[in-house]
Amino acid sequence: MSTLTEEIKKPETLNGVERPNANALEHEAIYIIREVAAQFEKPVLLFSGGKDSITLVRLAQKAFWPAKIPFPLMHIDTGHNFPETIEFRDRLVEELGVELIVRNVQDSIDEGKVVEETGKYASRNMLQTTTLLDAIEEFKFDACIGGARRDEEKARAKERIFSVRDDFGQWDEKNQRPELFDMLNGEIEIGQNVRVFPISNWTELDVWSYIQKENIEIPSIYFAHKRSTFLRDGLIWSAEDDVVFRADDEQVEERMVRFRTVGDMSCTAAVESHADTIDKVVAEIRDSRISERGARIDDKRSEAAMEKRKQQGYF
Amino acid sequence: MEVLKIATAGSVDDGKSTLIGRLLYDTKSMTDDKLEAIERTSKQKGYDYLDFSLATDGLVAEREQGITIDVAHIYFSTPSKSYIIADTPGHVEYTRNMVTGASTSQASIILIDARKGVIEQTHRHFFINNLLRVKDVIVAINKMDLVDFSEETYNKIKADFSELMGKRDYQDQNITFIPVSALKGDNVVNRSEHTPWYQGQTLLEHLEELDQKDIYNTGTPRFPVQYVIRPKTEEFHDFRGFAGKVYGGELNVGDEVVVLPSMTRSKIKAIYFYDKQYQTAPRRSSVTITLEDEVNVSRGDMLVKAGDLPTVDKQLTATVSWMDSDNFTPGGKYVLQHGVNKVLAKVDAIEHKIHPDYSGIEENVTSLQMNDIAKVRLKLNKPIFYDRFKDHRTNGSFIIIDSRTNNTAGVGFIE
Repeated sequence: MSTLTEEIKKPETLNGVERPNANALEHEAIYIIREVAAQFEKPVLLFSGGKDSITLVRLAQKAFWPAKIPFPLMHIDTGHNFPETIEFRDRLVEELGVELIVRNVQDSIDEGKVVEETGKYASRNMLQTTTLLDAIEEFKFDACIGGARRDEEKARAKERIFSVRDDFGQWDEKNQRPELFDMLNGEIEIGQNVRVFPISNWTELDVWSYIQKENIEIPSIYFAHKRSTFLRDGLIWSAEDDVVFRADDEQVEERMVRFRTVGDMSCTAAVESHADTIDKVVAEIRDSRISERGARIDDKRSEAAMEKRKQQGYF
Repeated sequence: MEVLKIATAGSVDDGKSTLIGRLLYDTKSMTDDKLEAIERTSKQKGYDYLDFSLATDGLVAEREQGITIDVAHIYFSTPSKSYIIADTPGHVEYTRNMVTGASTSQASIILIDARKGVIEQTHRHFFINNLLRVKDVIVAINKMDLVDFSEETYNKIKADFSELMGKRDYQDQNITFIPVSALKGDNVVNRSEHTPWYQGQTLLEHLEELDQKDIYNTGTPRFPVQYVIRPKTEEFHDFRGFAGKVYGGELNVGDEVVVLPSMTRSKIKAIYFYDKQYQTAPRRSSVTITLEDEVNVSRGDMLVKAGDLPTVDKQLTATVSWMDSDNFTPGGKYVLQHGVNKVLAKVDAIEHKIHPDYSGIEENVTSLQMNDIAKVRLKLNKPIFYDRFKDHRTNGSFIIIDSRTNNTAGVGFIE
């Protein structure tokens, strides 16, 4: 048996000084996830197959071991996912033995609840919100755990850890509950729900370092691979997938690329990279001069793009 | 890597956002696309400098009004530490945000405009940081370039601030003065050539060298139980683990503990973190503990070391900072959340209001408005297990929830 302190950071007990361990962010996240299980009746973990939600799953495993994760996972499927992500998702769920709920944006379109965007920048990113809100209502979820981080985007930097949404799933950014010390107030009225962000305080590098340290498996598109691509607006787009609109004059070229985020394929651009192992990815992120969402065209629509989406119930 | 949370406080135009921008810029933490966006917008607005506030003011309303409304969190790191800055607005009406930011921070930066010196707002910022017992406070005297880097001005401000320090309640707070120009970059990350009379550290050097013992108030171990883990599988048939976070001090296997409120005694049998067992659970770790005996423990109960009991009481006196637009009144129905424990609370009396600018107290107060700070007496429907805030930052604080709106309406520091 070793001490937990030793395990996490060796010098801490040597001089007998009390200190938080090096993984303060991990302990904080586990605390938050346990609060969700304790304070809510029907929580769910929103799982996209991306690295942030994969990290959440590991944290939830740690929070409740040796018991199983006491809530289901839910994937809002845009139908525009990278196929690698879906394969990965199904494998993970089987290993964990937890319930997976899938709700499809395509169904919302077929039911006439949302209208598919058209044109060069068409994406299903905005449409996800309707499908998500319908699913929350269908299952009466009162808490949805998500992998959003404050360092991603400046409207997200204003987000609480327990973020209350009204009946319409809306975020009232000017009237948020203060969060003091470690105390999380999960009191809500019927019909309201809380979005919970356990890795709020993690940066992209923190997530990658954690995946490296914990040896967590992630979908292959996060690693450098050869792909048919084309250039638009200075960004690299996949030419292998039909859902990404490509004009006839946009030249296809094979490049070594990887993806830093795995959102809707139609709004997620690749970056040129030779990082084909986790160690190389961590090194690349550490030296990167471009932010993670720099390759997300959905944020470039306007300076307030994220804030507007969040007000409407987006994650 | 170590994580250090810092709160910033300053009045409008003291250059808080510029200082944060400077820290990001000089530590090369700002990525090119974010920097380009700032350059573009600064140019559009016709500024001849980079307006770093555009990086932190994330809401439309903030950019429109050119002010910070809500706490924003900014992240940067050096090879040795990860920093989280809670950028809190400095207006009088947003005291609640400053209290919030300071509650989760181990260090705090108070900005003073060198041209204006110590003003009423400075008193307020210092009062709140002292009330919240933030261990390390840095007084950054900014805009030194606009006073010709005058040593005299710096010393005058330092003397004025030191006078303020005489009034503080929490005497053990470390206070450091640094002359800076956030706009020009003097003494923020890099040493200034313009202040040869200043021998101290730059802001970043100071933060880098902060030792954990300089920034944490320590106390006795407290383990509020968040969740009971019962796997009910064949392998772990009899497993009953108590999940929670350790506060104040560490717990060890073999420690004699008392379960509150039942006062049952037992011993720590094992400490788990995920699938491994450990001898020690250090403070601030989220672990699962099993006990030697079959003891009835549920959420809201607390494990403490035998011989080290907190106060168990249904009445308490506390300093409350009110944060809600609905007033705090003796007739109000409130829920008091102390850690993970919730009880009903009634206001026994509002003893007096405390002016957060050190200008004294006000008696005969019948209700509290948003941003008011007051000493109050509360009655609870069930006892809680508390320490005084001055002895235990976590176990000595609570929040007040308005049961009509469910809003977090106030925070209290127990005396």
